[in-house]
Amino acid sequence: MRFRFQRKYLCIPYALFLILFVILPILMIVYYAFTDTSGNFTFEAFISFFSSTSKLNVLVNSLMFSILNTLICLAIGYPLAYLLANKKYNRNAVLVMLFVTPMWINFVLRTWATRDVLTWIGISGGTHPYLATMIGLVYNYLPFVVLPLYTTMLKLDQSQIEAAINLGCNRVQVFTKSIIPQSIPGIVSASMMVFMPTMSSYVISDVLSEGKVTLFGNSIYLSFSNSQWGQGSFMAMLMLVIIGISMLLTRNFTEKEDNGRVSKW
Amino acid sequence: MVKKVLAKTYIYLVLLLMYVPILVLIAYSFTTTSQIGQWNGIFTMKLYADLFKNNDIMVALGNTIILAVISAAVSTLLGTIGAIGTYYANKKTRAVIENINQIPVVNAEIVIALSLTFVFVVMGQYLFRAQIFSFWTLLIGHVVLSAPFVYLNVKPKLQQLDPSLYEAALDLGASPRRALRKVMVPQLMPGIISGFMLSISLSLDDFIVTAFTRGPGLLSGNESIQTLSTYIQSVIKKKSIPIELRALTTLIFISVIIVAVLVTFYNNKQLHRIKRRKGREY
Repeated sequence: MRFRFQRKYLCIPYALFLILFVILPILMIVYYAFTDTSGNFTFEAFISFFSSTSKLNVLVNSLMFSILNTLICLAIGYPLAYLLANKKYNRNAVLVMLFVTPMWINFVLRTWATRDVLTWIGISGGTHPYLATMIGLVYNYLPFVVLPLYTTMLKLDQSQIEAAINLGCNRVQVFTKSIIPQSIPGIVSASMMVFMPTMSSYVISDVLSEGKVTLFGNSIYLSFSNSQWGQGSFMAMLMLVIIGISMLLTRNFTEKEDNGRVSKW
Repeated sequence: MVKKVLAKTYIYLVLLLMYVPILVLIAYSFTTTSQIGQWNGIFTMKLYADLFKNNDIMVALGNTIILAVISAAVSTLLGTIGAIGTYYANKKTRAVIENINQIPVVNAEIVIALSLTFVFVVMGQYLFRAQIFSFWTLLIGHVVLSAPFVYLNVKPKLQQLDPSLYEAALDLGASPRRALRKVMVPQLMPGIISGFMLSISLSLDDFIVTAFTRGPGLLSGNESIQTLSTYIQSVIKKKSIPIELRALTTLIFISVIIVAVLVTFYNNKQLHRIKRRKGREY
């Protein structure tokens, strides 16, 4: 039988690639998380993670940093995106692009620049490790918030806002009853762009706090370089679980949003 | 009026604050002081001359660029072919691949890096019976990072595709391969190009995957491959940062701005062209 080319066969190399370098690695993480050095099944990594206060501290710390970073980025980025999407204040696309360009400069270079300037004004990692890390995180992730929020703001239904005004809403009500509900998909995707990467970030906290602030990413890195594979894998798996849960939550959320819109019409 | 002034002030204030670190670094690239904040009053281009004489930086820069171009090319090829194949595969296969494709997109970079390293170590132990960390493992790491994004960029273009064009090509006697190359790929080109650009930027910016999966090779010879990210991270740690890096930052900044402006203009032009075409048709 002769091989006949069909377009669907083209997915085979990609599928193999995904199995080999996406699925297999994740299975390995799960494997190493629950085995000891000689390959026997064990809960050791699990127990030692949840009984070690320093590891739990790192988890709580990273969660706090992530939440705070997300909130600050949203607080700065939300009004910014709203204003940028308004033709009255911003007529050219170049300005929006300028907010995104920092993403294209090597982020280790950017972090280094931030550190030098922060040290200059007296917020060095030696004296204020938490503040320096926080500032660095906001600097790094603000562009990631601006972009999704901006695209949502462009799609705001202006007639609904006008209708709200005509029907007697004051400014605060227009904001809380019309603009915020309409921009929720943007807020969700912006938060996802910041929250997860912050938890697992390595370079920023390492450089800006001079090693004093340990986030989840630093912790995984450390246990790997100390060749504690079990510990590292377990934390990586925990990270995966957290990512999975938040994906499920936001997916449900956006689906509900869509259904709601459909049923309304 | 007041509102407008306030709005503009806010926009430009945030913009300024975002650029302060880089602008300060650029300003200090014209002086040879060792510490930012202590301007020694001499305006000089010495750092720019030194930059090109610094072998470490040049090797790192060269590695970064070679790696970015090769990994983007491989990711683009793999991602595009994958997207086409998946789009025409049966429903079940498509759903499975689509979901798996989403994993590296949302996954934390450190988890990708760690898990890939495990695979490479085990492969080296049981399959190759040797250490396999090299340029190739690094390349695979970067392709895992960017191919899913190429896929996501090509997919919407496939959905917009006019299926009758491919069939027309077949009816007119083109072989499926030829029809694919001459008819489908040109129509997917915008998505492929944006996927390529995204891959380049992802590769240029990566630190963690590089740090985990690299081995000896490229311009670094027998030592571990240094990219800009890993090089800068290592000198920051040792607190012996060559001040020529300021000049490098300036040059990178300028090229990024130029590319960004060009891309914006190109996009605007495309938009206008689409608008004009639509105006003629309807």
